[in-house]
Amino acid sequence: MRSLAPLWLVAMSALDPAGEQAGHIAGTFWLFTGVLSAIYLLVLVLLLGALVRSRGGLGREPAVERRLTRFLAAWAGGTAVIILGLTAVSYATDVRITGKPTQPELTIEITAKQFWWQVRYVDPEPSRTFETANEIYLPVGVPAHVILKSQDVIHSFWIPNLHGKKDLIPGRENETVITAEREGVFRGQCAEFCGFQHAHMALDATVLSRDAFEAWRESQLAPAQAPVDDAQEQGQQVFLTSACVMCHTIRGTTASSRVGPDLTHLAARRSIAAGTLPYSRGNLAGWIADPQGLKPGSQMPNVTLTAQQLQTLLAYLDGLT
Amino acid sequence: MSSPCRGNNGICLLLACLLVLAGCEREERQTRAEPVNETGPAAVSMTGLYPGEPSPPDPRGQEYEGNAFHLAQGKQLYTWFNCAGCHAHGGGDIGPALIDDQWIYGSGIENIYATIVQGRPNGMPSFRNKIPEQQVWQIAAYVRSMSGQASKAASPSRSDEMQNKPAEQSMPQEEPKDSSGSVPNLDGRQ
Repeated sequence: MRSLAPLWLVAMSALDPAGEQAGHIAGTFWLFTGVLSAIYLLVLVLLLGALVRSRGGLGREPAVERRLTRFLAAWAGGTAVIILGLTAVSYATDVRITGKPTQPELTIEITAKQFWWQVRYVDPEPSRTFETANEIYLPVGVPAHVILKSQDVIHSFWIPNLHGKKDLIPGRENETVITAEREGVFRGQCAEFCGFQHAHMALDATVLSRDAFEAWRESQLAPAQAPVDDAQEQGQQVFLTSACVMCHTIRGTTASSRVGPDLTHLAARRSIAAGTLPYSRGNLAGWIADPQGLKPGSQMPNVTLTAQQLQTLLAYLDGLT
Repeated sequence: MSSPCRGNNGICLLLACLLVLAGCEREERQTRAEPVNETGPAAVSMTGLYPGEPSPPDPRGQEYEGNAFHLAQGKQLYTWFNCAGCHAHGGGDIGPALIDDQWIYGSGIENIYATIVQGRPNGMPSFRNKIPEQQVWQIAAYVRSMSGQASKAASPSRSDEMQNKPAEQSMPQEEPKDSSGSVPNLDGRQ
């Protein structure tokens, strides 16, 4: 999970559907594009015909006039049928992509915040509920019930390869269903301007086989790795005694604030700061040393740490796989 | 015809430009302090008694209190860091009220800064090393705005939560009762 290069190369296209809902949307798009292109070409051909015909001069036979009238009436009728047909297709697609499973096997609660995504995998058994940030994992073929909330302003949840856009509105709960059909990593992005760092508010959706997904879920449910050497021990102390502890949770330690992202398995993530940088120890160092230089306006403050403190903190955080 | 600007268009334009500039300062978003590592105020006095002249107030106090971004950040942090857990949204609960004119440990922004960083007897925790310096300034400036002490032009004009008091911008400015020279009583009562 430590690959750096693919972060910026992952798929982000509504025309390459990897989910059932995105498939319906893409199908509707291509149907509209096909029908409308054919009509456009037909109109151009007829226009060309009219230009050529007009050179023939005036004074047409009444029979020709009558034929033209019948053709125009048929044309108007055909237009009405096509518009109604496309409306019906559009409506049917809308119904198909907004359906909700009665017994969802997987429920994911996503809360958008300026400027990151809080992701909660909800389980009927509370001890099997866990939190992560800026990434969702989905098993192939399982309809995931996604609940969408916002903490501050209106955001929009959009993973083009899996589904259309859905707004997250403060004080309301929206919901949608995503059924991934193909394994892979797909990029999502906030699609409603939400402030200073709207552009740096991305998330990754990783679609795995069911077994791999269950393995991932078990790994996320585990508490954080305990420090294994002196540097990590000291790093943990830096984390628990400095400003980090005011906002972040690391399950298995006393850090349990819910202002910022849960960092229990930080080092297993693909990116830091909501897709701003690929995860690496060096990038993490840069982010902690000067978050406001990399992502001005984010809520991560510049915290004064000595070089020694920063290095031990990195040793600890980099071990949180 | 009787425009005061007649013949003085240049001066009026200049004044208008200056007014516009004042607006910029209110809105300026300094997300990272200059220099990068902000520090606390140098002189904090908890009493009105001092030999000679009092130390001048820290100029940074004015900067934080006159800037809408800092006050809005302070307001957000006030909730996130659970100040509301004891002080409620200003009316006080198990901690003292912050919207009135009573200031046990001083009403200046430096005093509030020191109170947050050092903690105070009878329940106020010390947030030393837990809240970065710039955020302490922002919270202190916001606390001042709760009783109408900060700039009206920059104070928050609405709240996300239900409130039983007007927004900070509309709060009547209280006359702080800490400058009478009385030495604060450390058991929390005045």
